[in-house]
Amino acid sequence: MRYSIFSLMRQALRGHRDWTPAWRDAVPKPAYDVIIVGGGGHGLATAHYLSKVHGITRVAVLEKGWIGSGNAGRNTTIIRSNYLLSGNVPFYEFSMRLWEGLEQDLNYNAMVSQRGILNLYHSDAQRDAYARRGNAMRMHGIDAELLDANAVRRIAPFMDFDNARFPIQGGLLQRRGGTARHDAVVWGYARAASDRGVDIIQNCEVTGFIREAGRIAGVTTSRGEIKAAKIGLAVAGNTSRLTNLAGLRLPIESHVLQAFVSESIKPRIPGVITFGAGHFYVSQSDKGGLVFGGDIDGYNSYAQRGNLPTVEDVCEGGMAVIPSLGRVRVLRSWGGVMDMSMDGSPIIDRTPLSGLYLNTGWCYGGFKATPASGWCFAHLLARDELHEVGRDYRLDRFAIGHLIDEKGVGAQPNLH
Amino acid sequence: MRIQCPFCGERDSSEFTYLGDATVRRPDPSAPEQYFEAVYLRDNPAGRHEELWYHGFGCRSWLRVTRDTRTHEIFTVEMYNDATTETNQEAARA
Ligand SMILES: Cc1cc2nc3c(=O)[nH]c(=O)nc-3n(C[C@H](O)[C@H](O)[C@H](O)COP(=O)(O)OP(=O)(O)OC[C@H]3O[C@@H](n4cnc5c(N)ncnc54)[C@H](O)[C@@H]3O)c2cc1C
Ligand SMILES: [Zn+2]
Repeated sequence: MRYSIFSLMRQALRGHRDWTPAWRDAVPKPAYDVIIVGGGGHGLATAHYLSKVHGITRVAVLEKGWIGSGNAGRNTTIIRSNYLLSGNVPFYEFSMRLWEGLEQDLNYNAMVSQRGILNLYHSDAQRDAYARRGNAMRMHGIDAELLDANAVRRIAPFMDFDNARFPIQGGLLQRRGGTARHDAVVWGYARAASDRGVDIIQNCEVTGFIREAGRIAGVTTSRGEIKAAKIGLAVAGNTSRLTNLAGLRLPIESHVLQAFVSESIKPRIPGVITFGAGHFYVSQSDKGGLVFGGDIDGYNSYAQRGNLPTVEDVCEGGMAVIPSLGRVRVLRSWGGVMDMSMDGSPIIDRTPLSGLYLNTGWCYGGFKATPASGWCFAHLLARDELHEVGRDYRLDRFAIGHLIDEKGVGAQPNLH
Repeated sequence: MRIQCPFCGERDSSEFTYLGDATVRRPDPSAPEQYFEAVYLRDNPAGRHEELWYHGFGCRSWLRVTRDTRTHEIFTVEMYNDATTETNQEAARA
């Protein structure tokens, strides 16, 4: 069913009785051309572009729980393309362009909201660093504006500009940045892929790999064996668990990241705001809740829940930049398992095992990458070559020294 | 999460700094390709994990902690130097 103002009106007149499920909950077939493991944003986007751009529709997406139950459904939904390094800039800008046309492409309201992302700076050195970043962005045709304190004051007057330790001197603004509705992104991709014949199979955990003649030829799952010539992993924080089954060690550690939402208040936070002197960021959802977060907890974890010191740290960061936050109550907090790579950047590449392809290393920033990640992974699976905008996300870059280390902290995943 | 420091007793995890996998060994200097593995590759297990924590707000010892990465349950905590010395002695004997 195509969604439009007319379908909405028709259904409204009939009392909304005739809406059909947005996508098919499929049962596994014995074999496919391509199997994608992981029904998060990246896996489903890959299935969509495989079927739409490359015409490959004998595709299954295998999800151990329900689609969107991983990080796709747990993240704070920030989208932006304000990167510095040449390996990242074209990729994230390509992703931003895909976001800008996503709802038309999918015929689904993903609530993409370009209300701007503002990174605050608190010292001369930080202003210089943001000027450099903004210039790098503009040289690639990406919008960036360096604001002084007065211009920031006009956008967000409620912040503590004269904080004794971290006075707000200004900010780097990307107006095209913003947020999108995480669940809608998952369902929209699922619906579009399912319409083209992709099987989305839930409650189907991959438990091992089938090898034939020296290559990976299928997977064993909680719902039986499934064969395919090409298997793509898009399981975020669980990547090492799966590659360990194939005897492959990766430059990845899994870490827990927490996020928080407050009670609903009237519109207050105009876009996304990030604190530059600690790790804290906040936006306001359409329901009115303040959605915020900060650093990962910092130790290896698959627990999908974090500890209290990080909660305190995030809230302290928030209070330092927006003291009035102290008046709202936190309703919920949760955690997700991040695939932290050794240089803070992702990997979209083949593996040394033929038939097995890798999409991982998204750290805490993979939601904004969802469209481009799916696009590049589909390209790789269909044509066996890296896509141009993601060509630096190679698995061998760690061995040959071509790291993409935006933060410049080295091989210490919990610091990225 | 609380860590039972052998010297300071049970302390909040925020007193400690995390370094990661404790099983990583400095490679043989004559085999530089091993550095890639030591610096970058990790088992990253879901389950028991041996890891290094530094008690910066306490006794300033390096500790080897065995912890379940699925539940955060801590099984053992010991001083790291002892363990390293043992391994080095074993290596020297071998
Ligand atoms: C708290 C939090 C806040 C974040 N905030 C942002 C943000 O503001 N902006 C941003 O860009 N990014 C953010 N991220 C990061 C972003 O959410 C992730 O990088 C991204 O969602 C990862 O890709 P995915 O959607 O495919 O992952 P997931 O949704 O985790 O998909 C992986 C799927 O694989 C499944 N799976 C795992 N193992 C198996 C198996 N053996 N068999 C079958 N299926 C399996 C899982 O169940 C899961 O559904 C945040 C993450 C968290 C946790
Ligand atoms: Zn101690």
